[in-house]
Amino acid sequence: MKNKLLLIFITSIFIIIFIFFYKGLQNTNIYTPETKINNKIPLFNGELFYINKTVNSSDLFKSDKFYLLNIWSSWCVPCRQEHSLLMDLSKSKKVELIGINYKDTKVNAKFFLAEFGNPYKKIIFDQNGVNAIEWGAYGVPESFLINDGIIIKRYIGPLNKKLFKEIKSLIK
Amino acid sequence: MFYSTIGHYSLVLGLCFSLILVYFSIKNFQNSKILNTKILSFTFLQFFLVVISFLCLITSFVLSDFSNETVFNNSHTTKPLFYKIAGTWGNHEGSLLLWLLVLTLFIFIFFLKTKNKPLKYRILTLIFQQIIIIGFFIFLIETSNPFNYLYPIPEEGLGLNPILQDPALAIHPPILYLGYVGSSIIFSSALAATCLNIVSKEWASHIKKWIVVSWVFLTLGILLGSIWAYYELGWGGFWFWDPVENVSLMPWLALTTLLHCILVLEKKQVLTSWVIILSISTFTLSMCGTFLVRSGILNSVHTFANDPERGLFILVFLFSLIFISLFIFFFFHKSSQNIPNSFFWLSKETSIIINNWFMMYFLSVVLIGTIYPIFLEVLSSQKISVGPPFYHKLIIPFLIPFLIAMAIGPKLKWIKSNIEDRVYLILLLVISIILSFLIVKNFDSNFLLNTILVSSALYLFFITLRDFFIKKYSNLSQNIAHFGFSLLILSILFNNLFSSEIVTNLKVGETFENSKTKIVFESIGQKKEKNYESIVTNFIIENSNGVNENLSPELRIYNKPNIVTSEADIKTTLMSDKFIVINIVQNQDYFNVRYQVKPFMLWIWFSVLLISFGGLMSFFKKEYEK
Repeated sequence: MKNKLLLIFITSIFIIIFIFFYKGLQNTNIYTPETKINNKIPLFNGELFYINKTVNSSDLFKSDKFYLLNIWSSWCVPCRQEHSLLMDLSKSKKVELIGINYKDTKVNAKFFLAEFGNPYKKIIFDQNGVNAIEWGAYGVPESFLINDGIIIKRYIGPLNKKLFKEIKSLIK
Repeated sequence: MFYSTIGHYSLVLGLCFSLILVYFSIKNFQNSKILNTKILSFTFLQFFLVVISFLCLITSFVLSDFSNETVFNNSHTTKPLFYKIAGTWGNHEGSLLLWLLVLTLFIFIFFLKTKNKPLKYRILTLIFQQIIIIGFFIFLIETSNPFNYLYPIPEEGLGLNPILQDPALAIHPPILYLGYVGSSIIFSSALAATCLNIVSKEWASHIKKWIVVSWVFLTLGILLGSIWAYYELGWGGFWFWDPVENVSLMPWLALTTLLHCILVLEKKQVLTSWVIILSISTFTLSMCGTFLVRSGILNSVHTFANDPERGLFILVFLFSLIFISLFIFFFFHKSSQNIPNSFFWLSKETSIIINNWFMMYFLSVVLIGTIYPIFLEVLSSQKISVGPPFYHKLIIPFLIPFLIAMAIGPKLKWIKSNIEDRVYLILLLVISIILSFLIVKNFDSNFLLNTILVSSALYLFFITLRDFFIKKYSNLSQNIAHFGFSLLILSILFNNLFSSEIVTNLKVGETFENSKTKIVFESIGQKKEKNYESIVTNFIIENSNGVNENLSPELRIYNKPNIVTSEADIKTTLMSDKFIVINIVQNQDYFNVRYQVKPFMLWIWFSVLLISFGGLMSFFKKEYEK
């Protein structure tokens, strides 16, 4: 009797272990982008959207100013949602918007900007998505708030009214 | 193409033979008194087929036959021949084929070596072993076939991971596998013996040989792995408590415990449950290791495959084996009633039981440290990594009584004993404490713990050393192994205590200087080899007594696949290693230089060799102890 109980006990322990391992198998180890908050901006070279010219990060980001780097694409639906907020933000003198056009075609991107407006001071044309990886981005849209060459805030996904207010208060 | 076809069909045929073997075995088990000779021939044929299939894979690698997917993924025409061959088992599919090869080889040897054993026992062992073999055959053919075709045939292969291109690593997997798979024989045989209720002294003395062999190979395999980590990974350490290192350590701990238990069983009909459970757990821990490494459930330097389907297969297979063995243990095992299970407190049996409990403790620490992160991730999707501090905190304090017990235990006699030579034992203890006090005195950190630790290790060291000179004490193999262990612990301790490290950034021509050492970055050059290009730097290290040492660490840029590795340069001397490694700092013109002085490195390797040599000696010795 005692033996039977022990057997049941041990068997159930192993079954529990089995379930854990089984569940563990379902979580595959996907590449997790690094969070880069409070880090310096990554050093990179990019191609400008309107003129065929490569620029590097120090050309784009002058110190003692606020920048909002926004990764977007014409095929990305949430980007359309946040675009009006970006247009609002571009009216502010305190912050300069820089776009990274992610895995897109120039034709489609131009249509997009013609339709919704262009909030960006400069756009980097990132056709193969390398620049986005250099920033450690998860996908589109994603935004980084930069001050003095340091990433101070990172927004994964589209911006909304609340986050928009937060940005406004940060750049004051 | 041609070789892949042969290899593939040999595997399929091998699987069929397994089924035939099981059928014959069951028939033979029921009826006959004599062994069906077909069983022996089929066992041999099966082994032969796996050899053919393995040779085919090697040939495909040597010929760089890229129509074979495994070759395409893991080789390249510019690889040196040695690494083409070593690449055969440097990948998931090939290493599983190697598993299978060793499995079939061992059951064949087992069959040849057990002619005078009961027939039923031999056949039952074969059946259990065939269950394992069938599992591996199906796993290999279904989820990780080494002979998959690729069409159109690629021009070039992807290349072997550069960190695997190292001589130590070329022989590390085969040796380790001999140890792992050797435990499968112990597993099958223990189950067979349990079913037939013949767990006896005779069985113990016969299975002891297998235990010792597996143990020696496992020890050497772990040693090679850690030598590789030290020289190749360039982290300046030899043991990182990486999950994959842990999964090789766990079977080792179980096997070491088993080795000690089997000695008791051989002398007296006791500890049968211990022996059976340890036999089962050694093999399941080995399998568990395979599961953890191969399923991609853990992230580590060794994880080759990231395929949940494979993981699922091993998982189901592993747990079926666990459940089968659990049921066999509970329903067939009858602990011997007539022999009293209690021991006199001061006897060899008691000391071995103490040893067992310590080992079980160490084992559970390692086990929890390894699988807890998985459990936590499932429960809370939080990722944590259990590092050295966890293991150090939990293991080190218990090492002290363990070492002392190890020193005194072997001096005790079976059944009932008195401690002899008390004067010596106490004298040596006092000497060790004083000595270690003098050694550790100069270091502020953790003074008390270090003193006690060093003195207990020294104590074991002195006692085993003294035993070499006592004629009446004849158990040489055990003494060598224990002496080796004390040397190992001492070397590791001193290595930790006396290591020094300098980390700095240097450009060519610059010099770093502190009170003891001067590092001059002399020059930088280039070198081109068949499978990599490298940047070779030259450093001159000058220590306080004016001795100069030239060291040239490299940065290798492997061509296929395109990976940069840091090759440390290590100057090994008897007493210490000088270790220097450089790294590129992105977008800077200086290198990050790490210089370490690590004492007693050679002694760590040497002491592990000594431990396995002790094991080897007991294998060749006819009788354990009169």
